[in-house]
Amino acid sequence: MDKRKEPLIHITKRGAVAPGRAWAIRVGAIIAALLVCAVVTTLTTGINPFAVFGAIFEGAFGTNRKIWMLLQNMAILLCVSLAVTPAFKMRCWNLGAEGQVLIGGLATASCMILLRDALPGWLLIAVMVISAILAGAVWAGIPALFKAKFNTNETLFTLMMNYVATQLVAYFVILWEVPKGAGKIGIINQNTQIGWLPQIGSSKYLLNILVVAVITGLMFVYLRYSKHGYEISVVGESERTARYIGIKVEKVIIRTMLLSGAICGVAGLLLVGGTDHTITTSIAGGRGFTAVMVSWLAKFNPLMMILTSFLLVLLERGAGEISTNFGLNRSFSDILTGIILFFIIGSEFFIQYKVNFRKTAKEEK
Amino acid sequence: MDNRIPAVKMRNITKRFGSVVANDKCWLDVYRGEILALLGENGSGKTTLMNMLSGIYFPDEGTIAIDGKEVVIASPKDAFDLGIGMIHQHYKLVDVFTAAENIVLGLPGKLDMRTASAKIREICGKYGFEVDPDMKIYDMSVSQKQTVEIVKVLYRGADILILDEPTAVLTPQETDRLFAVLRNMRDDGKAIVIITHKMHEVEDLSDRVAVLRKGQFTGDMLTKNTNAQEMTNMMVGRPVALNINRTEPEDPKPRIQVRDLTVRDMEGTLKLDHVSFTACSGEILGIAGISGCGQKELLEAIAGLQPVETGDISYVESDGSEESLIGKDPLDIKKMGVALSFVPEDRLGMGLVGSMDLGDNVMLRSYSEGNSVFTDRKKSYKVARGIVEYFDVVTPSVETPVRRLSGGNVQKVLVGREIVNAPKVLLTAYATRGLDINSSYQIYETISEQKRKGVAVIYVGEDLDVLVELCDRILVLCGGRVSGVVDGRKTNKREIGAMMTRLGGEGRG
Repeated sequence: MDKRKEPLIHITKRGAVAPGRAWAIRVGAIIAALLVCAVVTTLTTGINPFAVFGAIFEGAFGTNRKIWMLLQNMAILLCVSLAVTPAFKMRCWNLGAEGQVLIGGLATASCMILLRDALPGWLLIAVMVISAILAGAVWAGIPALFKAKFNTNETLFTLMMNYVATQLVAYFVILWEVPKGAGKIGIINQNTQIGWLPQIGSSKYLLNILVVAVITGLMFVYLRYSKHGYEISVVGESERTARYIGIKVEKVIIRTMLLSGAICGVAGLLLVGGTDHTITTSIAGGRGFTAVMVSWLAKFNPLMMILTSFLLVLLERGAGEISTNFGLNRSFSDILTGIILFFIIGSEFFIQYKVNFRKTAKEEK
Repeated sequence: MDNRIPAVKMRNITKRFGSVVANDKCWLDVYRGEILALLGENGSGKTTLMNMLSGIYFPDEGTIAIDGKEVVIASPKDAFDLGIGMIHQHYKLVDVFTAAENIVLGLPGKLDMRTASAKIREICGKYGFEVDPDMKIYDMSVSQKQTVEIVKVLYRGADILILDEPTAVLTPQETDRLFAVLRNMRDDGKAIVIITHKMHEVEDLSDRVAVLRKGQFTGDMLTKNTNAQEMTNMMVGRPVALNINRTEPEDPKPRIQVRDLTVRDMEGTLKLDHVSFTACSGEILGIAGISGCGQKELLEAIAGLQPVETGDISYVESDGSEESLIGKDPLDIKKMGVALSFVPEDRLGMGLVGSMDLGDNVMLRSYSEGNSVFTDRKKSYKVARGIVEYFDVVTPSVETPVRRLSGGNVQKVLVGREIVNAPKVLLTAYATRGLDINSSYQIYETISEQKRKGVAVIYVGEDLDVLVELCDRILVLCGGRVSGVVDGRKTNKREIGAMMTRLGGEGRG
C-alpha cells in the first residue's frame, strides 16, 4: 500500500536553523562552487584547475605588497559597503554610492588644489575631511529629500546622480589638468605632499585600514544598539508601524541617507587624500555597485561584511593574476567569480528550505 | 450513515514544519451533500490540513482517498483535476481584470470570453450568486470578490469546496447571502468544508462538525447532536466559560470629546461626516458599522495618525480641563502626558513588526524614553517576558520573531504591549478578528478589566453578538455619519444591524 506515487522531491521550510548548520551549508556551497569551477576550467581551457586556484591565491597573497593591496582594496570596498548598509536596512536603495564617493573625492581634490597655498597642512586636512563628508552627504541628501517630500523613487534618482558626479569630475579634471592637454590631473602636490593624509608606520595603506576598521565597529554598534539604528529597522520593515508609534519617517530617511552619503564621502577622501593623491572619473572603480553585493551577502551585518568584502576582493585580485599568468581572457575569471557567487547566494535557499527526496522520507521513520 | 463512501477520506495525515508538528495523524471524512464545519483553535492545523487537500502542501505521511480511491495530490493542479477547490482567506485576484477574466485566468484552451461569461452567468443563476462578469475587481466590495473566488472554483468544475474563514470580512447580511448559496450547493450534491470560529455560524449552517486540537483530530459528530459549549470544550481540551463579565461603569466621566469631526481619506472620499460623541472613563464604547464606514479613520484620527478636515478631538482631564489632540502625532500626544493606547486592525502591518522579536516589538512604544542614544533592550525583554507569562502567549522564547506566532498569540503580544503602560484611553479595532474562542474570551476579559480600572475603552467590532454583550454603549456608524448611540444592555443585534444600513435605523435616511 505504500506504492503511492510521491513527488520525486518536495521542498519544506526549515524552522529556525542552528548557526553551525547554516555555516556548514555555506562552506559546503563554497566547496561545491570550487569543484564546478575546477571542472569548467579543465573542460574549457585544459589547464590544471589547481594551478588556477593557486594563481588566485598567489595573486591575492603572493607578496607583502600584494597583501597590503588586498587589505587596501578591501578597506575601501568595506567602507562603501558600510555606507550603503544603513540605507539598505531602511529599504532605501541607495545605488548612488559610486557618485557619492566620486563627489567626496572631488571635494578632497579641490581642497588640495585650491587651498594648498592658503592653509597650513593640518588645517587643510581638516577642511578636506569636512568638505568630503559634506559633499558625499549632500549628494545622497538630494535624492533623500525628494523621496521624503515627494516620494520619488530613490533607486533611479541616486543612480542618475552617479552620472552627474562623473561628468562633474570629468569637467574639473580638464579644468585642472597638469600639464595642459594631458587630460588628467596627475599626482597632486607631489613635491610638497601638502594635503596628503599622514602615513602611519611604513605602509601608506595602514591609515585607511584603521579608519575603516573603526567605522565598521561604530556602524555595528549604531545599527544594533542605538535608537537611530532601531528606528532604521522599524522604518525598513514597515513604514506604517513607524508612523503608528510616532517615528517621523521623513526625518529618518533624510538622516540615514545623509549618513550613507557622508561615509561614501569618507571613502572618497581616503582614496584621493590617502592613497591615489589624484582624481579620475574611475576612482570609485565600480565599488558603489560591488558594495551592494557585499552588504546583501552579509545580510546588512557590518561584521559579516568584513568576510564578504574579503571574499569579493580576493576573487577580484586573483582574477587579475589568472589572466596574466595563463594568458586567459579576463572574462574567464569573471566566469569563475560568477560561479562562486551563484553558489553562495544559492546556499541561502538551502538554509531556509529543506529538499526531501522520495526515499529519505521513508528512511526517517 | 457511515456506510456511504466519503468524498474525501484523509487518514493518518502528518505534516511537520521544521520541529513544529502542524498535523499529527489527522483523520477527516467529508461527504457529498453535506456541509462540514472544521473547528479548532488558532494553530490547531485546520488550514494546514486543508492546504494538503488542495495541493499547496504535501503531507509527510498519511493517505488521501477521493470517492474511495487513493490519490496523490502533489500540486494545486492535481487538486483541481480531482474537483477540489479552496477559497482562501486572502483572495488571489488580479485587480485590473474583470471577474470573468480572473475566472478563466490560467485555464488551458482558447480564450473565448463570451462563452465564459455565459457559463459564469449560468453558474450564478444555478446557485443564486450575484456577480457581474464584466465588473473590474477593483470596483468590487470584499463580499463580491469572495463571490468571484467561489465562482472561479466552481467554473473549474470543483465539487469539493473548502472555505477558509469566509465570513470573517462579511456583514451579517452578506453572511446570510453566502450561507444561502452554500446551502444551494450542498443540495446540489457538493461536499463543502468551512473553517470558522463563530459558533452560531457552525450551528446555523453545518450538518457535521470535525474538531482539531493541537494538530490532532479529536472527533466529529452531527451538528444537531451537539452544542456550542461542547464543541468549545473539545477544541480547547477543557471546559471554557463562554460569558462576558460586564460590570456597571463606575463613576464614568467624559474622557474623549469628539465634536463635528470630518475626515477625508487620501483619495478625497468623505469618510467621517460631522461625527460627535463622548467616550467616558470606566466604560466600553462600542463602535458598530459595515466595514469601511469610517471606523478605521475615527480611531486613527484620535490616535493622531489621520489628518482631520474640520472638527475637534479633545482629551478631558479628570478635573474637566480639555486639551485638543488635533494636529498632534502619537509622540506629541505621549509628551502631553496622555496615556493613549491603540490596538490597530492591521496587527502585523501596523501594530507590530513581523520580523522583529517579542522584545523589540514591546520596545516600539518605549524605545524613545530616556536621554541615552542607546536602546534599553534588557528592560523590553523583561516586559515581554511579563506579557508572555500574563497572557499565556505560546512562543518558544521572547527572541522569536512575532511573525512565527499564531494569530491569537500575535494579538496577545500587541494587546499586552498596549495595556502595559497603564493607559487612560484604549482604542481597539477588531481585537478578536481571526482569533479562536479561547483567545477571544481572554481578550474580552482583558478589555473589561481595563474598563474596571477606569480606562475609557473604544471598541470597534464586527461581531454584533459580542458588541451587545461586551459594551456599555454602542455608537453605530452608517456611511461615515452617526446613526445613533444605543445602550448595550437594552439593544439587540437586529436593531444595530438596521441602524448600520440606514441612518437612525428607520425610514429612508
